[in-house]
Amino acid sequence: MFGYYLDLALHGLKRNRALTALMVLAIALGIGASMTTLTVLHVLAGDPLPGRSGSLYYPQIDPRDSLGYVPGKTEPLDQLSWIDGMNLLQARRADRQALMTGGNVAIQPDHSTLDPFYESARYTTVDFFAMFGVPFKYGHAWGEADDAAHARVAVISSQLNDKLFGGGDSTGKPLRLSGAMFRVVGVIGDWNPNPHFYDLNRKSYNENEGVYLPLSTSQDLGMTHDGGVDCWGNGGGGNTPDHNSPCVWLQFWVQLDSPAKVAAYEAFLVGYSRQQKELGRFGRPPNIKLRDVMQWLDYNQVVPDDVRLQNGLAFGFLLVCLVNTVGLMLAKFLRRSGELGVRRALGASKRSLFAQLLIEAGVVGLVGGIGGLLLALVGLWLVRRQPASYAALAHLDPTMLLATFLLALGASLLAGLLPAWRACQIAPALQLKSN
Amino acid sequence: MHFRHILNALGRHRIAVALLVLEIAFSCAVVCNALFLIGNRLERMQRPTGVDEAHVVEMFIGSVTPGSAEAVMAQTRTDIAALRAIPGVANVAVVNQTLFGNSFSASGVGLSDDAKAPRISVTQYMGDANLADTLGLKLAEGQWFKPDEFITEEQLEAGRSGLPVIITKALAEHLFPGESAVGRTIYAFGANRVVGVLDRLVQPRDSGPTESYGYAMLFPVTLPYTEGAYVIRVKDAMRRDAVIQDVLRTLKASGPLRLISPKYAFTLESQRAKYYRNDRAMAWMLVGVCVLLLVVTAVGIVGLTSFWVAQRRRQIGIRRAIGATRGDILRYFQTENFLIASLGIALGMVLTYGLNLLLMAHYELARLPGYYLPVGALVLWVLGQLAVLGPALRAARVPPVVATRSA
Repeated sequence: MFGYYLDLALHGLKRNRALTALMVLAIALGIGASMTTLTVLHVLAGDPLPGRSGSLYYPQIDPRDSLGYVPGKTEPLDQLSWIDGMNLLQARRADRQALMTGGNVAIQPDHSTLDPFYESARYTTVDFFAMFGVPFKYGHAWGEADDAAHARVAVISSQLNDKLFGGGDSTGKPLRLSGAMFRVVGVIGDWNPNPHFYDLNRKSYNENEGVYLPLSTSQDLGMTHDGGVDCWGNGGGGNTPDHNSPCVWLQFWVQLDSPAKVAAYEAFLVGYSRQQKELGRFGRPPNIKLRDVMQWLDYNQVVPDDVRLQNGLAFGFLLVCLVNTVGLMLAKFLRRSGELGVRRALGASKRSLFAQLLIEAGVVGLVGGIGGLLLALVGLWLVRRQPASYAALAHLDPTMLLATFLLALGASLLAGLLPAWRACQIAPALQLKSN
Repeated sequence: MHFRHILNALGRHRIAVALLVLEIAFSCAVVCNALFLIGNRLERMQRPTGVDEAHVVEMFIGSVTPGSAEAVMAQTRTDIAALRAIPGVANVAVVNQTLFGNSFSASGVGLSDDAKAPRISVTQYMGDANLADTLGLKLAEGQWFKPDEFITEEQLEAGRSGLPVIITKALAEHLFPGESAVGRTIYAFGANRVVGVLDRLVQPRDSGPTESYGYAMLFPVTLPYTEGAYVIRVKDAMRRDAVIQDVLRTLKASGPLRLISPKYAFTLESQRAKYYRNDRAMAWMLVGVCVLLLVVTAVGIVGLTSFWVAQRRRQIGIRRAIGATRGDILRYFQTENFLIASLGIALGMVLTYGLNLLLMAHYELARLPGYYLPVGALVLWVLGQLAVLGPALRAARVPPVVATRSA
């Protein structure tokens, strides 16, 4: 039966090619626009570390004075000061923990063909690599002893390795960073978490560092800090705050493998805040948050407003395209009143007529979906040419490919419901008579 | 032509009419709001900075090996002297943060040093005695800093207070509404006496609420080049690129190994274009959506009207046979479309308003000004008339003889 209806549907679609083409075009345009923006949204709101992000947490505490504190409403600070960061790190209450911040280093290549250049750097303690599951192409991360010894060791990205060492195994080679000699101990493989969740002060997307150094070493050498600095009280001054100043500029991530550990860590943060208040360092009662990666991204609203706006706009456009398709399908089905009347008179039930018309709508949706897919590919190509930092990430993945066809088919069937129902209401006798 | 007849006829196609009305209403709502968003973006992109942008060039230099503070400051003085000697350079200064640049420095500002006094975050520019002239800043009131008021970075970090400050007119009006700010004291780095009020100077990049874009302070601090950037005023805006080449050559010729690259030298105009490129892209995207939306709506009108014309061929023939002219038939379909479009626009106005409320709730967006509604209405009326013209002309060409044939 399905084959027969399909045959009828194709035959019906051929009868008025202009109208069919207009319907397919309308669906294709709507699907193309909405799939383009939906794909961008899907990429931007994605999980930066699938499989790991659920057990990674970002502790926030509030060391400020009591001015402006509203219990339950004021959010704790987004970063940590040096003193608190060191205290939490050394407490070692989590399965893994890393204290880190961002910076820029000047790289002086040994061979004179390359001018010195800046590279963004991450100053971090060693758990960073194991906690975030960073893969290594050559070598390995530095050891805990290196953190303690303020060792001059560096891990570099494979892009930087290509640029400086021609892509070869560079472990053990010297590297001059901001005037100091370092030794390369590892080269990171293909690792590019998007968004750049562990430090959102840097650009959120497609901005991974080229150089990773022990935090202690970076502080010894007075390397420049780059990122957000938030001071309170009489704090202030430069972009590279003093270790004792009341400024937050460090990020701290912990790995907690079970809900019990999460609860215990929260209790620890409350206890720490209370203790610091008693010592007079904190001016507020304990005000803490412990968000996991996705909650942290959500709280920081990393998906740009413009992207959400474009997505809403595209779905508004799809809606107009659908209303349009409903109208055109109605015209098309009613034009065939005569034929439908004959089929009814020959004994076809309303149900089978309805099914036949819906299959016709489905065929339009499927063809429109293919058109929409092509338009979405063009749309994503246009997005990739945009200047935004996330632009290069806009690619269609299998999930979105499937979603495209489901959306197109669903939309066209929905659009076909009303016209099909209306066309089934005709009285066969009247149609036969007027013919 | 009687509207009543048309309405009667339309009553027989209620579903199709309702669909057209809905389509026009949705289009109207989206187009009005999109036009408003485009207007907002264009307005944002044209905001003046208060700086003579055409004549300013910026140069960032990175030190590779940090030297002593004295050595860096001495190098800064050497650089400035060398840059000034370049023909085509009118003035040179060091500033802590540049317009449209990445760094952003701000302090809490209040009208009392009481810790409980309300404070707002205001961005601070720090620069030497040549900064105002280099940027082309205009004083609205008061005076510039005196030569002996400039302090060094070390003095600032040592917590020296009592520094005079120049604030922008926007900030002055916010802090001292209806009064002159000159001679008053604000509390940023300790107590700071306001000596002058600038016509306009803005934040390096948007931060905080929209109205605070024009809030800025200027402090008299002589900085080394490592703490900011050189800003260079050129004599002839047409020769900016040549001056940049001269600047690079001059700086490379003196001093220790430093990061001096054309990658870190910009004209202020190119920085502006880069800063607003997302807005430009968004505006174009909105234009694209509007055009597509109108095309789709027109397609819908053409499709349904063609269907009606085909369905009424016989009636049109009869009307022609009993004396209606071609013009009458044409006008019938035009009036019909006008009625449908008007219904759609009326519903569309309500939807426009609703969509605007929705956008206001989710994004930082103002209320849609009323004049967008008639613009949107006009666009859709014209679109409807253009779309209906083809089918209506086809209807007008139906010969009266059709009436005599059976369908």
